[in-house]
Amino acid sequence: MEQKQHTGMQLGIFTVGDVTPDPTTGRTPTEHERIKATVAIAKKAEEVGLDVFATGEHHNPPFISSAPTTTLAYIAAQTERLILSTATTLITTTDPVLIAENYAKLQHLSDGRVDLTMGRGNTGPVYPWFGKDIRQGINLAIENYALLHRLWREDVVDWEGRFRTPLQGFTSAPRPLDGVPPFVWHGSIRSPEIAEQAAYYGDGFFHNHIFWPASHTQKMVAYYRQRFEHYGHGRADQAIVGLGGQFFMRRNSQDAVREFRPYFDNAPVYGHGPSLEDFTSGTPLTVGSPQEVLERTLSFRDYVGDYQRQLFLIDHAGLPLKTVLEQLDLLGEILPDLRAGFAEGRPAHVPDAPTHASLVAAAGGARDSSVHAVDDVTGRRAEEEVSA
Amino acid sequence: MTRLVVVSGGLSTPSSTRLLADRLTEATVAALARPVEVDVVELRDLAHPLADNLLTGFPSGALAEAVELVRRADALVVVTPVFSASYSGLFKTFFDVLEPGTLAGKPVLVGATAGTARHSLVLEHALRPLFAYLRAVVVPTAVFAASEDFADPALQQRVERAAGELAALLGVASAPAAGRPTSFEEQVASPVAFEDLLRRASTPGT
Repeated sequence: MEQKQHTGMQLGIFTVGDVTPDPTTGRTPTEHERIKATVAIAKKAEEVGLDVFATGEHHNPPFISSAPTTTLAYIAAQTERLILSTATTLITTTDPVLIAENYAKLQHLSDGRVDLTMGRGNTGPVYPWFGKDIRQGINLAIENYALLHRLWREDVVDWEGRFRTPLQGFTSAPRPLDGVPPFVWHGSIRSPEIAEQAAYYGDGFFHNHIFWPASHTQKMVAYYRQRFEHYGHGRADQAIVGLGGQFFMRRNSQDAVREFRPYFDNAPVYGHGPSLEDFTSGTPLTVGSPQEVLERTLSFRDYVGDYQRQLFLIDHAGLPLKTVLEQLDLLGEILPDLRAGFAEGRPAHVPDAPTHASLVAAAGGARDSSVHAVDDVTGRRAEEEVSA
Repeated sequence: MTRLVVVSGGLSTPSSTRLLADRLTEATVAALARPVEVDVVELRDLAHPLADNLLTGFPSGALAEAVELVRRADALVVVTPVFSASYSGLFKTFFDVLEPGTLAGKPVLVGATAGTARHSLVLEHALRPLFAYLRAVVVPTAVFAASEDFADPALQQRVERAAGELAALLGVASAPAAGRPTSFEEQVASPVAFEDLLRRASTPGT
């Protein structure tokens, strides 16, 4: 089947990679099953016509989302068009040098189908495992990203900071594909500092959206837009905004509610708390017919303005793979209407989300940015190694 | 207009905790001798949203309104029943879900009720440290009422003394301490430029 590259809104899914018991059967999938299911879900996302698959990053059970670039590279090898992304990459506890290397490598392997969303991670005990302190979360995110930003843009970096050992004459290899770093989003539920950071660099801002009321998402996005304009990257309505969302669909509304309720009631994070009805009215969660999900999703624009990327969380709370794949089929069915709805009334000056192709075009074309240097460890050139 | 918000943690109806809260409120309004807008937050009505907030991380509906009332208040009257030698869990939960800094610099009059006077030091051993931690300004007189106190004129004297102290604090217009903004609303209202964030990020001790 011919897959055409869509313009306008990017639509996709994101996963946190939780291994959660199915509350209706009591069965917990094995890590192996969950890892393979993640790949199946991503492939299905491309099959039904979605644009983006993003994986979270966790370094503690019950999650299988460590080593995100391994997962994304494996998916890249089995897909043609899907953009591989993250939700989120832990900029606080991961060495920015490793992020620079891993995602540049993924860019090359996937022919540019990669971008990232930076996040801090909210699990306190994980930080000390990586020699960090969650109380420095904002500072870590700011300093580490400042280094990452340079590593992708400068061939040789001298750097000294507070949180990482200094670098002298360091080159992060491989260099970004076509001389263009991956596009970066910054995700935060409630820290204006992170929206400020996204605005400063002219990067995208992603709001998780799924746990908190719309009124809050609205404030964070408005703040980012205003600061994006302040830093001179364009008008506020040209800032690059992404939102999360979650739904459960069946052809018939009542069936959706009946089937989803036990998953909702026992879900990690909000389970055993508010009722399904209260949560669906207070947050973007939509449980109902495809038409209801379509209408609710198109209403997000009412409070954040025309935006660039919509990702849905659909594989959490112990939902079995078969159900998740059915959700993707239903999402695929309303996809044309979602695209048409988002395109309706969208002003021409509102940009699409940057892609590798658009960033290369903006840079004036692709250039090979390979660094052919003397091996700074052995002092020899690669050619000499071959002839020796 | 002075905004006074009353937080009452009583569970029964009628509630002796609310009764004490009302007496403290009336005395404060009288002592202020100027227009006062009084709002009462009954925590009993917010029990479910409070439990939800613990799990979801955000206040919903009526709780969000109550939190906003407290945030905008010029002064608070807070009264809890004594449960197991301390404030009630419901009372503590309400103050647990407030954003850090919400009470900073706010004058607070604390009160407690119990079935016996043997609990009276709960005000000094539990409530005062709690509100000191939250950086509120607690008036010197805290008012405790055991069941028998409601028939004792001495209770009214303590109520009026505490109310006078609260009014005096409002008279000197105690404003929240200036400094680094802490609440989300304050941060959004006055952005910290990225250059400053970057400098702060790399400065030890920040």
